[in-house]
Amino acid sequence: MDKLMAQLKRQIIERLNLKDLRPENITDDAPLFVEGLGLDSIDALELIVLLQQEYDIKLSRAEDGPKVFHSVRTMAEYITEHSPSKTAS
Amino acid sequence: MQRDRFITVSCTITAGSAYKDGKPEFQGPGLNAAAFLDDLYRHEAIAYPKFHKMDHLCKLGILATEILLKGSNHNKKYREDETGIVLSNANASLDVDLKYAGTMKTVASPALFVYTLPNIVIGEIAIRHRFKGENAFFVFKSFHGNFIAGYVNGLFDTGLVQCCICGWLDFLGEDYRAMLMLVETTRSGTAIPFTADNINELNNTNHG
Repeated sequence: MDKLMAQLKRQIIERLNLKDLRPENITDDAPLFVEGLGLDSIDALELIVLLQQEYDIKLSRAEDGPKVFHSVRTMAEYITEHSPSKTAS
Repeated sequence: MQRDRFITVSCTITAGSAYKDGKPEFQGPGLNAAAFLDDLYRHEAIAYPKFHKMDHLCKLGILATEILLKGSNHNKKYREDETGIVLSNANASLDVDLKYAGTMKTVASPALFVYTLPNIVIGEIAIRHRFKGENAFFVFKSFHGNFIAGYVNGLFDTGLVQCCICGWLDFLGEDYRAMLMLVETTRSGTAIPFTADNINELNNTNHG
């Protein structure tokens, strides 16, 4: 899980062009939106694309978004739970 | 009819150099366009994280406007709805359009899609400086000083603006050029009359 969260932080910074941030600036449980990293609705769409491209996971229910993208940890948990390899097993 | 309008400040950014009123503001020779914009951002000591998410046209517009208004206390001189923005270019948003089209081969990027209109740069400038005045973006084959003069004077004549940021803002690949002017009704030290001839002359000089 720690390795996955570290990877996610690097991918979020790169994909969302958060050039003023380093992975160590993002805490595992800090909110990604509003009071946390201050991400916006377009960033949310980019995170959906990130899941799709990097982890082959499609967010099937839009209403799950706020819960899945609450923090790096919730993203990592969702990826772990829904990765194609796990789903296939 | 009131016709006392002056170009009180100008800013040109092109080919690795930025100038304010014809004087060098920053030079980054040898840098590619993206690296130059990032270096100029750091040089201007701007703290605006959203800058990094913008497409190149918006970055160019934000930087040119920042240089144009630096030290002017602009927001204390004018109400939010008194500043207009009138921009023009030749390539619209083609730079980011092509990048967006590239992403459509796999998963289209929402972050690129939102910049696929040239007038988005006006919105970004307006958000940054809290401007709520009249605005327009025109696409011409080449710089059209006579049109800019006519359109902006029309905004002043009808009382829609008390000042206006106007000019040229173009970006495609590694070619970019900004030539922005601040037009006001009061003459300051280095101001020149806002006429089509002066606008065209500013644009024709290498550094505006």
